[in-house]
Amino acid sequence: MNVLVYLVPMALGLGLVGLAAFLWSLRAGQYDDLDGAALRILDDDDVEG
Amino acid sequence: MAMHSDLSSYTRTAGDNGLEIDLAVEGIACGGCIQRIERGLGKLPGVIDARVNFTNRRATVVWRKDAIAPTDIIAALKNMGYDAYPFVAKRDEDEETREAAQLLKCLAAAGFAAMNIMLLSVSVWSGNVSDITPETRDFFHWLSALIAFPAVAYAGQPFFRSAVAALRARSVNMDVPISLGVLLAVGVSVVETINHAEHAYFDSAVMLLFFLLCGRYLDRAMRRRTRVVAGNLAALRSNTAHRLDANDSAVDVPAAALQPGDRVVIRAGERLPADGVVIAGQSEIDESIVTGETALRVPREGETVYSGSLNYSGVLTVRVTAVGERTLLDEIERLLDHAVRSKSRYVALADRAARYYAPVVHTTAFLTLAGWLAYGATVHDAVLAAVAVLIITCPCALALAVPAVQVVAAGRLFRAGVILNAGNAIEKLAEVDTVVFDKTGTLTLPEARVVNAAQIPDDLFCIAARLAQSSRHPLAAALARERRGLRMIDGAVEEPGCGVGATIDGVEARLGSLLFCGLDASAAASAEVFDTSAIAIRFGNRHAVFQVQQKLRPDARAMADALRARGLEIHIISGDRADAVAPIAAMLAIESWQGGVTPDRKVKMIGGLRATGHRVLMVGDGINDAPSLAQANVSMSPISAAELTQAQADAVFLGERLAPVVEAIDLARAARRLMVQNLSLAVLYNAVAVPIAVAGLVTPLIAALAMSGSSLLVTVNALRLGLRARDRQRPRANMQEAVPQPMVAT
Repeated sequence: MNVLVYLVPMALGLGLVGLAAFLWSLRAGQYDDLDGAALRILDDDDVEG
Repeated sequence: MAMHSDLSSYTRTAGDNGLEIDLAVEGIACGGCIQRIERGLGKLPGVIDARVNFTNRRATVVWRKDAIAPTDIIAALKNMGYDAYPFVAKRDEDEETREAAQLLKCLAAAGFAAMNIMLLSVSVWSGNVSDITPETRDFFHWLSALIAFPAVAYAGQPFFRSAVAALRARSVNMDVPISLGVLLAVGVSVVETINHAEHAYFDSAVMLLFFLLCGRYLDRAMRRRTRVVAGNLAALRSNTAHRLDANDSAVDVPAAALQPGDRVVIRAGERLPADGVVIAGQSEIDESIVTGETALRVPREGETVYSGSLNYSGVLTVRVTAVGERTLLDEIERLLDHAVRSKSRYVALADRAARYYAPVVHTTAFLTLAGWLAYGATVHDAVLAAVAVLIITCPCALALAVPAVQVVAAGRLFRAGVILNAGNAIEKLAEVDTVVFDKTGTLTLPEARVVNAAQIPDDLFCIAARLAQSSRHPLAAALARERRGLRMIDGAVEEPGCGVGATIDGVEARLGSLLFCGLDASAAASAEVFDTSAIAIRFGNRHAVFQVQQKLRPDARAMADALRARGLEIHIISGDRADAVAPIAAMLAIESWQGGVTPDRKVKMIGGLRATGHRVLMVGDGINDAPSLAQANVSMSPISAAELTQAQADAVFLGERLAPVVEAIDLARAARRLMVQNLSLAVLYNAVAVPIAVAGLVTPLIAALAMSGSSLLVTVNALRLGLRARDRQRPRANMQEAVPQPMVAT
């Protein structure tokens, strides 16, 4: 059972990384324009419109 | 119009040498538009960055100072086929955005904690029925505590704050039992962990927060979406004013940038951008948005004129006395203050439920404690059973019951063209039994229409409409609206106060007053119908007289019938003359009507209706209606209403039709039925769960299952509102068609 001593904190740490990544994306404005992002992917940057 | 424009009040500095502006852009319909706008603006000299927000239909442009003027950017967008309006986010929208982001952060924290604690809890639960060692269990419980403490302290804030505010005001809302439940669950769990017990309730506490935050966030997101649309519409309607500078030349500025003491010029066909005193010029003005009176007034020098009035014929110069939110008649301001203060505070359904609920739960918990002690149990066991009652009855389902329905209902109302201003408007609308309408601009269209179009030869009509485009007179504008997309006639000359003249293929054409077209009074007499204005066309030796009148909204009669069919009483209370109201009332078969009512009496009449036990919905658009909107139980305004009036209304509806009024009432009633149903479900759930808790049989596993199950049940029940009558919805992709003429054509 000693394995728990480092496995559990590791699991928690990974979770915290995910949480931090989410909070970063929120602050960076990734959720400001959800509909636009779906359409921008279809934009051919290299073709002159 | 080649004109110097000053948009500096809309720009803000970006970086060292840059300026930034937000624009509400009309006509963004697809992904291609994003690309076209961003590339098109990017090619302009000096533009550093252009970014389109497709969700909000807005664009943010950054450019080097002095390299390009913001008006050029708007002109470039216009060339690409998009109308753009400078935009400043209102304070309440900013607030809403900030709160939504805060809730999302809380939600993320609660979600993270719930997942990890659940992971540990499931291990403990399965270990409890097999071979977990007490040491491992304690270790897991302490880990859970480690995660739960910061998560509850952070994610619980919205609830704790609201609960404290309610307790300070000596009342109880839903957040009081929620906060109590969460804190007790965490506290008892810590004590249990110290005592090496088998069960800890950290997971219940955090999961409860997670579910409730989901509901709150969705509610907030829905409200924010409607705010964004309302903000865009406001930008598109916003006025520009022609301000005179020191050497008497006119500069276009946003009305919001006017200062008291400024002199502004108002041309024919424009609306007054602010309250002021006439210092020069002569004209007739239409003050129907201020007083409801449709007859024109001729203001003399030194007389006060009010923001929103339409200048009909001549050019007026006005010295501004009040701007922005202060542009108000003193009288209206006083009435409004009074009405808002005397408005009895509406207690939301959920809070009413909480008032009954909280004492019952807390008494039950106390009786459980007393009962177990009397029965001879240890203090520890008795306290545990009492706390279990509080946890299991933690009003998860109860707290979600109303918001879940509100989210779905607000979404459907939004698609039906109704924007909610107030959160509890749905509940209040459902209780309405009397509807009071204003006439001018509410039952009738905000703009005048030609009423005898059918009797006029089509070719003559087309010529008249083409000529009308050269004139700014409101009657000509009404004519031009009837036939859109025609070419203007080159060389048409407007003679102020008379009309427009031109020569088409060698034939002389004239549009204007009867006299200007060489018609005598007898032609006018034959056309004389009450309350109409006449405008004539002469083309060679042919002529015709158009009658222009405030026309009823297209579905007014159908709407009145629909309301009657639902058992609602209808009244008309108008500020216009009685003989202008009578024909409208007759057409709609409304027996109870009043004309010539002052704002003061309007408020009293609504108060009278309320005093006799009626629940009143007031629908109005004028500034004179604002106090009565505040006085009524619940209120609605068309989007064409004065800004002040819209701010008072609980809901605003888009478009020319009145059908949204009926739809809103129908939807509100359906939503209320579901809310009551959901509350009953929550009570039923408690009826089952509480005896188990009182008996002391609740394990964390049972608590978790019961909580998720009941939350899911009320949410799914709320979604039924979205399924019902889905085929009746008309998606409204483009708000443009729904919005009448901008306040000022510049």
